[in-house]
Amino acid sequence: MTPLLKVRDVAKYYGGRIGCTDVAFDLYPGEVMGIVGESGSGKSTLLNCLAGHLDPDSGEVLFDTRTEGLKDTVTMSEPERRMLSRTDWAFVHQNARDGLRMGVSAGGNVGERLMAVGARHYGDIRSQAIDWLGRVEIDEDRVDDRPSAFSGGMQQRLQIARNLVTGPRLVFMDEPTGGLDVSVQARLLDLLRGLVRQMGLSAIIVTHDLAVVRLLADRLMVMKSGRVVETGLTDQVLDDPQHAYTQLLVSSVLQV
Amino acid sequence: MIQISDLEKSFTLHNQGGAVIPVMAGANLSVAPGECVALIGASGAGKSTLMRMIYGNYLSQGGSILIDGVDVARAEPREILQLRRETLGYVSQFLRVVPRVPTVEVVAEPLFNVGHDRDAALAHARGLLARLNIPERLWSLSPTTFSGGEQQRVNIARGFAYDYPAMLLDEPTASLDATNREVVLRLIEEAKARGAAIIGIFHDEAARNRVCDREIDVTSFTPRAA
Repeated sequence: MTPLLKVRDVAKYYGGRIGCTDVAFDLYPGEVMGIVGESGSGKSTLLNCLAGHLDPDSGEVLFDTRTEGLKDTVTMSEPERRMLSRTDWAFVHQNARDGLRMGVSAGGNVGERLMAVGARHYGDIRSQAIDWLGRVEIDEDRVDDRPSAFSGGMQQRLQIARNLVTGPRLVFMDEPTGGLDVSVQARLLDLLRGLVRQMGLSAIIVTHDLAVVRLLADRLMVMKSGRVVETGLTDQVLDDPQHAYTQLLVSSVLQV
Repeated sequence: MIQISDLEKSFTLHNQGGAVIPVMAGANLSVAPGECVALIGASGAGKSTLMRMIYGNYLSQGGSILIDGVDVARAEPREILQLRRETLGYVSQFLRVVPRVPTVEVVAEPLFNVGHDRDAALAHARGLLARLNIPERLWSLSPTTFSGGEQQRVNIARGFAYDYPAMLLDEPTASLDATNREVVLRLIEEAKARGAAIIGIFHDEAARNRVCDREIDVTSFTPRAA
């Protein structure tokens, strides 16, 4: 089986400071990988390097494109990368406002991504948008409201609908449940879990919440000071952590 | 089916002065299809540790765990996940509940995971829930709020939903009433009859004598204090 994403020796420096370095892994179709670590450990830097938002200083990020097979997204042309980010990739931001167009209606937010890949029939776009709002549990009668009239949890679900409507193969998520209260988090997690399983998506989820990765991720990568200190099956890393930092992380979680 | 050789395990506690605690050395065990082996030994002897190592929850420091040709001690995460989907089932003592998922879907999930038809899987799940005496009015609710015994029976139904060729059972009859205990023992006997290789921990001696063909004392795998 060909990996969907093949990452080799990715490094990013901010001046003399390490953003992330020596990162390498393969992600296979249908796999969900969690990246955990404290703030400043380089997990968001890494995610942005993988998703083409930041240029890594060295290394390769090979994506299994539909037409040409594995291709380095770092060196591919800008239009090509932009096409990928509109079709095969999706990026769910921590702050829904970064991933939505706040001045456009909810339906428009979902429809815009469809139009970007060539959909032109207004009726089809609208009915697909309504279908997706339903899947993320937003009532049909809110389709013409602007996201600014939505609660934080609804905005986050709208952002997910906007991202998944074009049937991406790889989803990047940066703290998708950060800043939401726990009952909204549970709903969102259950929703994400269902969508990921149904659509057979591969995903990379950055979070500092170990409960989130336990629920969503098949495997885990633990980062500290810009380096990967431990990788493995999610429940193995959480139940039998090997590295000193992971042991500290796991033992620091408060029991409810 | 399950072949364990020279298995070693130690825990290194980096945040407690780097203490190294060796817990297992030279563990050997093999289980044939249709056979049920009981792990015995005092509390703390390493029964659950061994089960978790076989399931890939705990890393091994040496040796091998071959299940249907896959060495769990060295396999990649996705190989272990595939093994858990298709070959190796684990009935733990506690149900890890996902919020908002109805009981019947919790039970049918292992069948969805191997691509069974949705309706057939749900019908099979309903059959198991009925056999384990979970009232029908609870099937569409999430098991989050169920009593301890009910959660355990849901967990057992889930564990037996798919016909795994190899199974790990951690105290499957603990805290069950006589009727349900009998149902669980029947399920184990049926699994053996279709050729499943089973490793179990049973504190219930009568249950152990009824379904297990052999006993292995894990105390013999404990390394001598240096």
